[in-house]
Amino acid sequence: MEYLDLIFQETYKILFLLVPVLVSVAMIVWLDRRVWAFVQKRQGPNVVGPFGLLQSLADALKYIFKEIIIPASSNKIIFILAPIITMTLALIAWAVIPFGVGQVLADINVGILYIFAVSSLGVYGIIMGGWASNSKYPFLGSIRSAAQMVSYEVSIGIIIINVLLCVGSLNLSDIVLAQKDMWFVIPLFPMFIIFFISALAETNRPPFDLPEAEAELVAGYQTEYSGMMYAMFWLGEYANILLMCALGSILFLGGWLSPIELYPFNLIPGALWLIFKILFLFILFALVKAIVPRYRYDQLMRLGWKIFLPLSLTYVVLTASYLFYFNLLPTN
Amino acid sequence: MIAHAIFFYVFSIIAVVSAVMVTVSKNTVHSVFFLILDFISISCLFIMIGAEFLGMIMLIVYVGAVAVLFLFVVMMLNVAQQKNQWFISKENSNHIPIGLLISVIIFFELIIVIGGWKYKPDLFDQGNLSIVNDVSNTHSLGMVLYTDYIHIFQISGMILLIAMIGAIVLTFRQREGVKKQSYLKQISRERAEGVEVVEVASNRGVKIDD
Repeated sequence: MEYLDLIFQETYKILFLLVPVLVSVAMIVWLDRRVWAFVQKRQGPNVVGPFGLLQSLADALKYIFKEIIIPASSNKIIFILAPIITMTLALIAWAVIPFGVGQVLADINVGILYIFAVSSLGVYGIIMGGWASNSKYPFLGSIRSAAQMVSYEVSIGIIIINVLLCVGSLNLSDIVLAQKDMWFVIPLFPMFIIFFISALAETNRPPFDLPEAEAELVAGYQTEYSGMMYAMFWLGEYANILLMCALGSILFLGGWLSPIELYPFNLIPGALWLIFKILFLFILFALVKAIVPRYRYDQLMRLGWKIFLPLSLTYVVLTASYLFYFNLLPTN
Repeated sequence: MIAHAIFFYVFSIIAVVSAVMVTVSKNTVHSVFFLILDFISISCLFIMIGAEFLGMIMLIVYVGAVAVLFLFVVMMLNVAQQKNQWFISKENSNHIPIGLLISVIIFFELIIVIGGWKYKPDLFDQGNLSIVNDVSNTHSLGMVLYTDYIHIFQISGMILLIAMIGAIVLTFRQREGVKKQSYLKQISRERAEGVEVVEVASNRGVKIDD
């Protein structure tokens, strides 16, 4: 009986986290389209519900009632598994995101490594989808995307090392608490910029959306997918974008901490601050999508390997020597 | 405790079965996917014995990077066809005896190494197992690696670097007739050099040298 109780409690907690995440993914799709439209002086989705807020719901209904087509010559098991893996991996990473002191589903010691591992597993959903479709465009798209994600993961990893040097712990709550005096965006500002651009590349957002460059590859690895399976890829992608925004705000923008520890600001609960920061980063993501033209593939690889990797490595050396020289290395 | 045992058996069964499937499955891409499943379940086992850092590093390095390269090679080179040829056709099957020979040698080497293994005499002594709860996994690993064995760590780093340089030297070749793009040139292109206004005489056209 005790055991069942525990399981119920945990399930309740997980639902309490996942349902808001899924709802906010739907809302964020609407926000993305809306921002994109406003930059281009259009209206965007504004018909369904107030301000078009229910547009994503209408889209979801449409996807549910569409037929799922599985190509005859595809590898059926892997074809069906691919969107499931993408979606699952995008959601399980939220387990370690802290929304306040102790407000976290799993407060593990290696939280940041966990997020890094899960996001590096995200490649497989795309590779499997592209390969199992047994078609040229999806395969090309998935190969491109895998190469892109692997290369940008390297620079993200080194940027994370930069932050960890200043914290001295792999726990996400500790990372946030270490920013009590000063957010890491101030001393590590160049790393924040590089992290933002790498996050764009990691989540296949424009200007790095080469895997699904519609002018060249139809829709990349999603070409053969339809109905709910396509929607799952889509949801997974947006959940990943939200996760990257959350990671950025935890690593650099002080997570749940309020900007100033003064009267009107510390009335607002920490979770809300985190949500504000995620939204801020997401609106930047959406603006970049509307403003910047798409990169060429060789430019993308050059940017990742020849510019970001050396820059972030140099910054690791700089940070480490600064901390060592001024005896600021965290000890715990 | 029961849940712990159940999870252990689930993960180890998955690990063993997928390890067998790596060698048994006909499709090479499937065997790589089984290899990935194997890695994942082994990292779950690592996490279960409390070595969470090792488990995560296993996921990041092997699953996130090495297995992706495996998949690339297997998908692009179409190894599946060749593998089928080796097993089906009669003529070109001299790979199997060599492979068998090498695997038998490796098997005996493993037996020799494991048979000659001596545990530390006080391994099972409870007092010697200094598990301190307030020092995290990562912390103690870092202490051992960067304090006690720093020289060995650096030497192995140098060896890896030399291997990397060797691989680059082996594969590097100057290619002729490849058009390289200079980014500086592309960015610094001005309107004056890109566009030219030409007076076209009527009925005669214009000749552009290219």
